[in-house]
Amino acid sequence: MADLTRLTISDALQKMQSGEISALDLCQAHLQQIDRHDSAIRAFIKVTPEIALEQARAADNARANGDERPLLGIPIALKDVLSTQGIETTCGSRILQGYVPLFDATAVARLKEAGAVLLGKLNMDEFAMGSSTENSGYFPTRNPWNSEHVPGGSSGGSAAAVAANMVMASLGSDTGGSIRQPASFCGISALKPSYGRVSRYGLIAYGSSFDQTGPFARSVEDVARVMAVIAGHDPLDSTSMPAPVPDYLTEMQGELRGLKIGLPAEYFAEGLQPEVERAVRAAADQLQSLGAEVREVSLAHAEYCLPAYYIIAMAEASANLARFDGVRFGARVEGSDLIDSYKKTRGAGFGEEAKRRIMLGTYTLSAGYYDAYYGKAQAVRTLIRRDFDALFAQVDALLAPVAPTTAFRFGEVMDDPLRMILADVLTISANLAGLCGLSLPCGFDEAGLPIGLQLLGAPFDEARMLRIGCAYQEATDWHLRKPALT
Amino acid sequence: MGEWMTVIGLEVHAEMETASKMFSRCPVVDSVEAAPNSAVDALSLGMPGTLPVINRQAMEFGIMVGLALNCEIPPINQFARKNYFYPDLPKGYQISQYDRPLAIHGHIMIEVDGEPKRIRVRRAHMEEDTGKLTHSMGGSLVDYNRAGVPLLEIVSEPDLYSAAEAEAYARKLRSILRYLGVNSGDMSKGVLRFEANVSVKHKDDADLRERTEIKNLNSIRNMVKAIDYEVARQIRLYRRGETVKPATLGWDEAAQAIQVQRYKERADEYRYFPEPDLPVVEVSRAWVEQIKSKLPALPDELQRHFVDELGLSAYDAGVLTAEKAVAQYFMALVGSGIDAKVAANWLTTEVFRLMNAAEIERDAIGSIPLSAQRFASLLALVQAGTINQSTARKQVLPEMWTSGKDARQIVDERGLAQVSDAALIGDIVEAVLADNDELVARYLAGNDKVINALFGRIMGALRGKGDPAVVRRALTEKLAEMA
Repeated sequence: MADLTRLTISDALQKMQSGEISALDLCQAHLQQIDRHDSAIRAFIKVTPEIALEQARAADNARANGDERPLLGIPIALKDVLSTQGIETTCGSRILQGYVPLFDATAVARLKEAGAVLLGKLNMDEFAMGSSTENSGYFPTRNPWNSEHVPGGSSGGSAAAVAANMVMASLGSDTGGSIRQPASFCGISALKPSYGRVSRYGLIAYGSSFDQTGPFARSVEDVARVMAVIAGHDPLDSTSMPAPVPDYLTEMQGELRGLKIGLPAEYFAEGLQPEVERAVRAAADQLQSLGAEVREVSLAHAEYCLPAYYIIAMAEASANLARFDGVRFGARVEGSDLIDSYKKTRGAGFGEEAKRRIMLGTYTLSAGYYDAYYGKAQAVRTLIRRDFDALFAQVDALLAPVAPTTAFRFGEVMDDPLRMILADVLTISANLAGLCGLSLPCGFDEAGLPIGLQLLGAPFDEARMLRIGCAYQEATDWHLRKPALT
Repeated sequence: MGEWMTVIGLEVHAEMETASKMFSRCPVVDSVEAAPNSAVDALSLGMPGTLPVINRQAMEFGIMVGLALNCEIPPINQFARKNYFYPDLPKGYQISQYDRPLAIHGHIMIEVDGEPKRIRVRRAHMEEDTGKLTHSMGGSLVDYNRAGVPLLEIVSEPDLYSAAEAEAYARKLRSILRYLGVNSGDMSKGVLRFEANVSVKHKDDADLRERTEIKNLNSIRNMVKAIDYEVARQIRLYRRGETVKPATLGWDEAAQAIQVQRYKERADEYRYFPEPDLPVVEVSRAWVEQIKSKLPALPDELQRHFVDELGLSAYDAGVLTAEKAVAQYFMALVGSGIDAKVAANWLTTEVFRLMNAAEIERDAIGSIPLSAQRFASLLALVQAGTINQSTARKQVLPEMWTSGKDARQIVDERGLAQVSDAALIGDIVEAVLADNDELVARYLAGNDKVINALFGRIMGALRGKGDPAVVRRALTEKLAEMA
């Protein structure tokens, strides 16, 4: 039997349908892969083999009765930012240790309804704050391509688990690049959906006006399969879009002739690792050879993205994290009085980065500073949105590197919070403007670390990004390369 | 205190009595009756990952109140996060409205000592209520049943210049909320809460002096006492050359005194910012018009109707419209064919007296032992002359109240029907006059007032049932014959 941990979702569905393999086989093969490799990689905060095996058996029974749900029997795992009913959900934080949600996040419920098999919860930077997964309150996750390098973040576990073939797909969340950047660092495909495309209900909030849940998988096609399941309006999320969801699997077919792709000059600026630039420009050439028209474009307010993002995201975070007070759930440290209990609980429960962002957000919202910081940042955000509106009137997609560099080493950036933030400089604009962004592998550097590109599209134009990505992957084999796991 | 002027602004928190909470499907329950934490869901508890969804009914109730307070309803309102830590606030922020409230620039009319006055309403905004803390020996307990209940905060301008004006405003506002059916007005249950901002101004001052805020006012009566107390306290301090420190005060009912809860050293810092989990709320003109068309008659309107159409005095009309339930009771009487003035007179004297004796609040008139329908049947008997007023008041009404029997049944059982038979009455008049020759002599000597004593004796002989008009006519005739 072929290595079941290397199948794509479509292959696996076909083999299960024909009876060649069972969901239980598929599940066991992936659990075995976790057993074998996760002690080194540490992508999982929690593995749920009992649940997985039970769901796999149920999937086999259902299929025997004619059930053909879109992800029936497909092993997946979830970033621990997503609430799972009955399964501890920590958001990578000590302060949520022991917290067991009463409900499933809508994206999780939809995966379950589609028949997916849940293998566990994945590591992340605490409260999705970080770009390396080093900020996890528990342990760092290692890059499957090189264990001395970070997997990226904040969805480092989601990317590493897919790259190491421990699951066929995973979900992560992207507030400033937290899906695209780890996908790029780990050499896999992933999508940050447009703001409002996937319900945020049950996603533990970091920056509420930026956060989006999205899929990681081994190919763009698999990304589309998962996306088709989780996308769509949710009455429980007032910011989710009521518009109908296109049929991604159909719409991603087709050629690129006539498509206009822009290369934003500001995204190929100083500080870019030369190999990254070369690989992304080569991908642009490849897309041109596939019929797309590629041209240089410019994003007028690009340099203001980072400050605007950090002011708004931290302001939102400072409020979003206020509920972790030890009163109703999670960890509590008793103090001499109420204020002392708050201080001790939050002092012990939050890591450095969470504390830093809470303080910054609290500061920028304070009386006398609001207009200069938050108010100005919102005005900048509007300008950036307009920039993108204008760009998408000229081109169908923007092509850019995901990150200025390939995966960095542990500790290399960790002690310099500002440099860590700069790792997000190319991804943040999409979150500010609510765009969709597809991240996919487009080469390797000399050290053998993956390089990723991103295709940014107008809000709710996921189908077109998937089509470009799909065409690219049909013409290239970067996404088929696998790390050599020891 | 002629040299001192009092200035009061009221902040009123009114829960909107919707079926479910402001931002989730969690049911709203009576927070006094229900077991603690029996009406909570993941959202009310601030569980991570939960998101608010606006309750359209609550917004509609809020708009109704805004319209009833003559407010403008801006085409867009927006929710914001008000950030502070407290155990009764599950998320660490309250979803409220800040710079774009639901309703602005309104006013209502009040009347104190017959003088009408217009009180401006600065704004009304929607928010969610907090939970409730109970402090006990072993620590503090928190009940989240109330957390997330829709709450409308109505802020007046500082247009109230006495405790009496504050009281009139509070009563009027409460009455409007009850007319609209959006709030029971039950302050003991905390569904309606008042906070008074009080400051004073010396006649030589250009500006108001320091302001204090009184909370924990669980009845309008206590609010009045607290304001009077606080005004006196502030003036006393100033007279002594001391200062009033900005503070949050509480009314201590047991001590009948103001207690300082905390001094405000600087302005509260709530770090408001727009709620990213909710879109702005667009209030279309069509929606406003639709709500306007469904507004019930409000007390001012009804009062005008009672005066202009039914011929009541302004005073009676005011009394009858102060409570929606009373107005409804009265209109039911009139609807049953009872003359409006008769109905108003009987209701405000006899029924209110019985209710006072039984310690029943006016707003509970709908559930007294005497339904409007039954009371109307009694008044109909009087109107038809079947019984006289005195019998109705002294004998039938009390029994109807206690026994629950119908007026007709009581009259029949006790033989209380009025005696109008002129021949019979004539015989009794003759007999009584014969027995009271001394009174008759005084009458004939010019003492007209004696006739009342004679009338009383005749009615006594008729056991109160005589038709007063027939009796009086017969008496006058007989006396005239004797003159």
